Amino acid sequence: MQTHSIGLAYRGKTASIGLARGPFVRVDAAPNGKRASGTREDEKLAFRAALDSAGRQIVLLADSADDQAAQILEFQVAFLEDEYFLDPIYAVIHAGAAADTAWSAALDEQIAIYNSAPNEYLRARSSDLADVRDRVLRILRDGVTQVPKVPDGAIVCADDLPPSRFLEIDWSNGGGVALLRGSPTSHVALLARARGVPMVVQLGAVAETAQTALLDGERATLELDPGVDQVQAFARRQQAHRKNRTAAHAILRRPAPFWEGEKIRLLINIQRVEDLEHDHAQFADGIGLMRTEFLLGKDGHMPDEEAQYLAYDAVLRWAGNRPVTIRTFDAGGDKPVPGFTEEGEVNPFLGVRGLRLCLARPDIFSVQLRALARAALHRNLKVMFPMVTNPEELEAARNLFADKVARLQAEGILAKLPELGIMVEVPAAALTIERFGASFFSVGSNDLVQYVTACDRTNGALAQLSDPLHPAVLELIRRVADHGRRSGISVSLCGEMAGDPRCISALLSCGLRELSVNPSALAQVKRTIEGLSRGGPRE
Amino acid sequence: MLETSKANGQNFTGSVRLIHAVGMHARPAVKLTKLAKKFKAHISIRASDAAEWTNAKSVAKVMALRAARDSIIEIKASGEDAEAAVAALVNLVATDFPESSP
Repeated sequence: MQTHSIGLAYRGKTASIGLARGPFVRVDAAPNGKRASGTREDEKLAFRAALDSAGRQIVLLADSADDQAAQILEFQVAFLEDEYFLDPIYAVIHAGAAADTAWSAALDEQIAIYNSAPNEYLRARSSDLADVRDRVLRILRDGVTQVPKVPDGAIVCADDLPPSRFLEIDWSNGGGVALLRGSPTSHVALLARARGVPMVVQLGAVAETAQTALLDGERATLELDPGVDQVQAFARRQQAHRKNRTAAHAILRRPAPFWEGEKIRLLINIQRVEDLEHDHAQFADGIGLMRTEFLLGKDGHMPDEEAQYLAYDAVLRWAGNRPVTIRTFDAGGDKPVPGFTEEGEVNPFLGVRGLRLCLARPDIFSVQLRALARAALHRNLKVMFPMVTNPEELEAARNLFADKVARLQAEGILAKLPELGIMVEVPAAALTIERFGASFFSVGSNDLVQYVTACDRTNGALAQLSDPLHPAVLELIRRVADHGRRSGISVSLCGEMAGDPRCISALLSCGLRELSVNPSALAQVKRTIEGLSRGGPRE
Repeated sequence: MLETSKANGQNFTGSVRLIHAVGMHARPAVKLTKLAKKFKAHISIRASDAAEWTNAKSVAKVMALRAARDSIIEIKASGEDAEAAVAALVNLVATDFPESSP
């Protein structure tokens, strides 16, 4: 072995795959520029200008934010415009305090209140306030009136990263995120995955400064000021990764992969009709999961039958002969919908959600079933019900559906009952799968893992326990796959596990031959399976 | 759980149960303060178990109520459009902060 200088290396958890090499930039250092305070009037003017400038920065970000991030940004702007909160700060400045000191003290007091809050939602808001505190301080102390510029392709390191900071960084020239804490289920992790930015979280303590960094989202490693060997090894992995990406189209054009002599079908999950615009979508064997919650209006109005029908029709036409599985409204749990979901549930994840909610609200469900019954004239439609516990629920939904078909036909409107299946995400259903008279099953691994391990998947403190490869989870998946095989019923899996390279061989070993993933994961998953079937481990 | 009453010559009060799943979180707090600011009246708010009234036009103060789901929100207003203010705010909370509201 040669002795080269070896840089520091840290290991965390993968939040978003990919590799990035670039300048190391800590972005969470408290603003530390010294500020020479002026007269009382100067300070008040400087404070006013800093608030305005911070507000403008945030409003700009909101344009590129998703709904959840936009809510948080809106809250930050409201804070900056809250005269009743600001007046006492002006008073303190008028009494002789420096603008930055007065602002910082007032925000710290607020942050302490949130940190001591009994619920996690409010505690999480403390980081949004810290974010807005620092934004104003950077303007006051460091004179940063523009959105602070992170160099192109930087490895951005922070304790945690609020969505607003992520959104203001230009990721178009590469780069990655390395977080000391954070969680793969956090909101910023979702943003990173959506934009293909590599991200590693829970790195623990990391050096304050370094020149360059290597971030490997697959191995979940961060290397600082790497030695020659490290750089070379990383470059090889990066090259391989890049080749994989450029080869994506070539991979997607190849025939379906095989596993133990059986063809593996790869389908896609879509959230809305526009997801079909992804340039990999055309290569899918079908749509394994079309979510329909986007049709539930933001304004509390439920979508009418025609609007729903048009959305379903568009997707079914796009797919041609390929199968399309549309899931009925899966609201409730972490997806509250005003005017639809139950209010005041102590534990919404174990509450009236999914099909339970739809059966409790036939007024809303019937409209969806009518639209689906009309769309079923496209023979490629399959309809699936989420969150089913007992066969009686499936039968109740089937009866309601059949009733809608009959009524439509009585009205002289062409309609048909499509194939009906269920999501398998409740352990009770997985354990008694042979009792269900479904035409197909789709394992919803996100909720299944959550219910089997008794871990809230959004709770970062449980990230270790919330393991999709837990033997209990795999046992249930195997059970469903075995039943499907024996009775000739197709079984697919449509949760995050299907797109996770670490889980794929386990899923195939359980007997699954159909996986449904986000369009962006299609090529990677296909390649992973090809690698396994060509020389990879077999059980 | 929706009532408004004229407490005395100038004050109007109302109370309503907070039904929002995560309590008075960011978006509801922003909506409530924005609506409150449309009125000239002086408007105060408190959550059922608190002794202190706080300014309903301040998002910082409304969030700091930390009002949980199912808590009773009390609203008190005085001034020229106080009655309308109480009615509007009670309605906003009672209808669970609909998206079409300000």
